[in-house]
Amino acid sequence: MNPAPMVALVGNPNAGKSALFNALTGARQKVGNYPGVTVERKAGRMSLPDGRPIELIDLPGTYSLEPASPDEQVTRDVLFGKQDGERLPQAILCVVDATNLDNHLRFTLQLIALGLPVVVALNMVDMAERDGLKIDAAKLSKELGVPVIPTVAVRKRGVDDLKAAMDVLVGDGSARKIAAGPGFHHEDLVVLQRRARAIALAATTEEHGARKVSHRIDSIALHPIAGPILLFGLMFVVFQAVFAWAQPPMDAITAGFDWLGHWVETNFPNGFVRNLLAEGVIKGTGAVVTFLPQILILFFFILLLEATGYMVRAAFIMDRLMARVGLSGRAFIPLLSSFACAVPGIMATRTIDDPKDRLTTILIAPLTTCSARLPVYSMIITACIPDRQLAPYVGLRGVVFFGLFVFGIVSALLAALILRRTVTKGPSQGFMMEMPKYQMPSVRDVGLGLWTRALIFLKRAGTIILASNVILWVLASYPVAPAGRLQTEYSIAGRIASAIEVVVKPIGFNHHIALALPPAMAAREVAVSALATTYAIDAGDDTDAASSAVEPKIAKDWSLPTALAFLMWFVFAPQCLSTIAVTRRETNGWKWPAFMVSYLFVLAYVAAGATFWIATWAGL
Amino acid sequence: MRLDQLPLKCPAKVAAVAWDDLAETAARRLRELGLDEGVTVEALHVAPFGKDPIACRVGRMTVALRRAQAHCITVEMAA
Repeated sequence: MNPAPMVALVGNPNAGKSALFNALTGARQKVGNYPGVTVERKAGRMSLPDGRPIELIDLPGTYSLEPASPDEQVTRDVLFGKQDGERLPQAILCVVDATNLDNHLRFTLQLIALGLPVVVALNMVDMAERDGLKIDAAKLSKELGVPVIPTVAVRKRGVDDLKAAMDVLVGDGSARKIAAGPGFHHEDLVVLQRRARAIALAATTEEHGARKVSHRIDSIALHPIAGPILLFGLMFVVFQAVFAWAQPPMDAITAGFDWLGHWVETNFPNGFVRNLLAEGVIKGTGAVVTFLPQILILFFFILLLEATGYMVRAAFIMDRLMARVGLSGRAFIPLLSSFACAVPGIMATRTIDDPKDRLTTILIAPLTTCSARLPVYSMIITACIPDRQLAPYVGLRGVVFFGLFVFGIVSALLAALILRRTVTKGPSQGFMMEMPKYQMPSVRDVGLGLWTRALIFLKRAGTIILASNVILWVLASYPVAPAGRLQTEYSIAGRIASAIEVVVKPIGFNHHIALALPPAMAAREVAVSALATTYAIDAGDDTDAASSAVEPKIAKDWSLPTALAFLMWFVFAPQCLSTIAVTRRETNGWKWPAFMVSYLFVLAYVAAGATFWIATWAGL
Repeated sequence: MRLDQLPLKCPAKVAAVAWDDLAETAARRLRELGLDEGVTVEALHVAPFGKDPIACRVGRMTVALRRAQAHCITVEMAA
C-alpha cells in the first residue's frame, strides 16, 4: 500500500503553526525524533474532504531557508528531501501571520521558489482586523500565484477551506521533484524582503489607527518596576502551585497504589510473584507515578507562559542578569523549563543561536531543581526535618525546600560564570529575539501539550523506571540471606552496595544509600522507589512494617548530617541517564556529556562531604 | 543618531546599518527580522535591569536587542 501523501507545515516562528497543526490533526499526533538530531518530529493524520488521509508534518519554525540552528537545519533538509528517515513532502502548507505580512511573506516567496505546490494559510486574520488591517486574500493569491486561505487557527476558522485547497494541491498523490533542485539559487534576503513588502502593501486594502493591545500589556509587563515584580510574582505562584495544588491528587494516587499493593498481598499466594508485584512493581512504580500531578502543573504553567507570548518578555527582563554570568536572556527559557525536567530544557537550548552560549546552558541545565528531585527532597525532608514553624506561615521544611531550590540556581549561575571564562570561552553574540503578540492560549493547545507530557512521563515510569525497580528487587532479594543476616547486605545488590559504600562512607552515606545510588542513575526519583523497595525487603513478611511508609524508617535509620549530605548530593549529582543521553545527542559526541558528568559528580561529592562534616561538627 | 540613543516613542527611519560591525549571526537575524534601510523603527521599551536590552518596533514586528547591537543602526527621526 502506498503511504498517505505527506504535506509539510512550514512557517515563521510565532505564525501560529502549532495551533494550526492541532486544529488540523486533533489528537492524532505522533511526537518522535529525527535520527541523529534531537529535533522533535511532530507528525499527525488529517483527512481531506473526500476522506483521503494526509500525513501532516509540523516542521520547526524558521525565518528563512538559511539555517542558523539545528531546528532550522531540519526544516531545510526535509524541504530539500535530504533529511534522513523522511520522505520528500508532496506539498507545502505555509502559515503566515496576517498582522506581520511584510516579514512572513519573504519566507513564503522562498518556499514558492522551491517548486513544490504551496498553499498559504493567512493566519490570525482576527488579530489583523483588531489591529485595523484588512487584507485581500484573493489579491494576495494573485500576487503570489498560489492559493491563500484566511484562517484563525486557535478558533478553528478556515480549516475546511484549507482542507479543500490541499485536496486540489495533493492531486493524485505522486511526489514531484523540486524544480530548482538542491542547487537552489539564494536570492539576496534584502531583495526578497523588498518584494515581500511590495506584495504585502498591494494586498492590504485598509489600514487605520491600530489598537495595540500587546503594546498596552507590555507597558505593564515590561515596566521598570512593575515588570520584575510581575515576573517574580508569577514564578512564586508557579512554585506555590506545584507544591500546594498537587497535594490532593498526589495523596489520591498514593492511596490508590497502597490499596493495590494491599490487594495483591492479600489475594496472591505468598511467593516470588506476590513479592515481586507488591515490593518491586507496585511500591516502586507507585512512588514515582505519585509525582505526575506536580510535573503536570509545572508543565501547565510553562505551556501557558509560552502560548501567551510572555516567555519572551521574561527572557527580555532577565537578559541583563544572565549577561552578568556570560549567558543571554535566551538561556532563561531553557533553564526555566529545566525546573520541570532537564531533558526538554536541554532540547529547548536549540533556540540559542550562539554555540558557546548554548553549550554553557546545556552544561548547567542539570543544576536547576528538576521535578525528579522533588520526590527525593520531599521524602528526606519529611523524614528528617522536624515540622517546626519558624514564623507564622513559614515552616522549617518549606525553608529547607526553598533553600535547595535557591542553592541549585546559585550553583548553576556560578557554574556558568566559571565555564564561560574557561571551557566555553568566547565573545558573547548578544541577544536578539522577536517579541510575539500576546495571545489568548487555546484550551485545546495547552491540553494537547499536557497530554503529550503525561504520556511521556507514564511511559518512562512504565518502562525504564519499572525495569530498574524489578532488576533492583531481584538483585536485592537473591540470594536469600540466612537467619541473622540482613537481606540488603547478603544479596547481590547488597554486595555491590558494600563496595560502593567504601567510597561514599567518608561523605556520611550508609549502606541503604549506597544501594539506592546505582539504580537512581536511571532517574533521580528511582532513589525514592529504591529506598522504598530495599526497606520493604528488609521488613520482609512483617506486613505491618512492609506496608507502612518508608519515611519513619529513614527517620530512625539516618542521622541528620547524613540526610543533609544526601540532599546536597542530589543538588549536584548527574543521576539521570536521559539527561546524559540528550546531552550526547545535542552536542554530537561523548566529550561534553563526559565532562558534564565528571564535573557534577566531583561537585556532588565535595558538597555532600562538606555538608556532612560541617553538620557533624556543628553537632546537628 | 543611533537607535540606542533614540528616545522612547519617537518613530524614526533607518538611515544606515553597519552590518560589518555586527556579529555574522546577529546581522543575518536582523535581516530576517526585516531590518533594512528605510524601514520605520521606534524604541518601545527598555529592560528594567541596567536599561539593556531594548525593545523596538521594526516595521510591524517588535524586536528585542541589546544596546550594543542597536548602536550599529543609524536612524533619522521624522521631522
